[in-house]
Amino acid sequence: MASIKRAGPFRLIATLGIAGFFSGLVLVTVFLATQPLILRNQAEALEAAIYRVLPGSKKQKAFVLEEDTLVPFKEDGGRLPLEDAVFGAYDDNGQLVGFGIPAEGPGFQDTIKLIYGYDVESENIVGMEVLESKETPGLGDKIIKDQDFLDSFKALSVEPEVLAVKPGTSQNSNEVDTISGATISSKAVIKIINEGNRRWIDLVSQIGESEEKP
Amino acid sequence: MDSEGRLRKETMKGFWQENPVFVQLLGLCPALAVTNSAINGLAMGGATTFVLLGSSILVSLFRNLIPKQVRITTFIITIATFVTVADLSLQALFPAIHKELGAFIALIVVNCLILGRQEAFASRNPFRLAVGDAVGMALGFTMALVLVGGIREILGSGSLFGVSLFGDAFEPWVIMILPPGGFLTLGVLLIIFAQVQKSRSQRQAHIKSKGLEAA
Repeated sequence: MASIKRAGPFRLIATLGIAGFFSGLVLVTVFLATQPLILRNQAEALEAAIYRVLPGSKKQKAFVLEEDTLVPFKEDGGRLPLEDAVFGAYDDNGQLVGFGIPAEGPGFQDTIKLIYGYDVESENIVGMEVLESKETPGLGDKIIKDQDFLDSFKALSVEPEVLAVKPGTSQNSNEVDTISGATISSKAVIKIINEGNRRWIDLVSQIGESEEKP
Repeated sequence: MDSEGRLRKETMKGFWQENPVFVQLLGLCPALAVTNSAINGLAMGGATTFVLLGSSILVSLFRNLIPKQVRITTFIITIATFVTVADLSLQALFPAIHKELGAFIALIVVNCLILGRQEAFASRNPFRLAVGDAVGMALGFTMALVLVGGIREILGSGSLFGVSLFGDAFEPWVIMILPPGGFLTLGVLLIIFAQVQKSRSQRQAHIKSKGLEAA
């Protein structure tokens, strides 16, 4: 380095320019190479979660919101707008099992993203899984791991709405025990689900009815 | 000193005498933040190793071409490029690990261990020594993170590398996997490291003075 103590301005600009050029070249190459894999990972994770929250489902179909009604998503229509989409899930015979509904909202630390399965026929929630959250490890993140909490979403009535109650006091089919040590996080999950219900349940029920007719 | 001995010395110093975490106290942000399990420590160490080794190789190879006035900028461009490559590759190949480490992968850019090695070593030394230095420092850093992560995981979750150790009867010491547990664990390890270092140098001084007497 000592040999070029008095580098002229041109030399300085050239050095940074060349470094920037090669950096850009590498970054764009790696981005183009990894992007399809990253998108596929995300899609696979979502797809697998939908099958888990709707037991018995084997196939799925995306629906998107267009002018206040749900229409089947056309594969060639580019990227699926996730914030305006729900997923119909079907069993081996093509019978509708229910809908996978993605929803998100504020948690204790950051946005909680989750998906839950709604059975149109029984009008129950039949499963819930947190997709993304940054809740406190060991406390708030029990919403992902606590089996009793997750089990309470396996036959949960949504009428008139889901209620969060103190640990061990749930009696009615629309009540969920909050987790001690994760009260705020578990209440956040229930609030997110209620908001998801208000937005989607009427819409998916219409689809459910129209699919049963033929 | 012959060149083999020099290479060995520059490589080994990162493990003990100049361990980045326990002696230089560099890179403490990841050492505290992502070490709530051994596997997270290992993944963070791996990503840091990739970035440090890559940057040191390039900086050492081009050390005679980079004008002094823009050296830091060039180092940062190099480091940032490697970090972005690591970030995207982890996201594509190991989405589960990337999800755990989150924003801390991108924050490797500002890990002063990496920039420090470029400025203090790679930009002044030939390729072979720079590689040795980077490997030693990176593995020393990884070792420290796995150690902190392992201790915190055993006490805070009752498991190591995700394998349960004590069965259901164990009541996890939750605070150990929360932020305070990071500070506690690192603090205790620093005390142990400093004590061992101290008694070693005392013993060496003792041997030396004895040797002088005998002579």
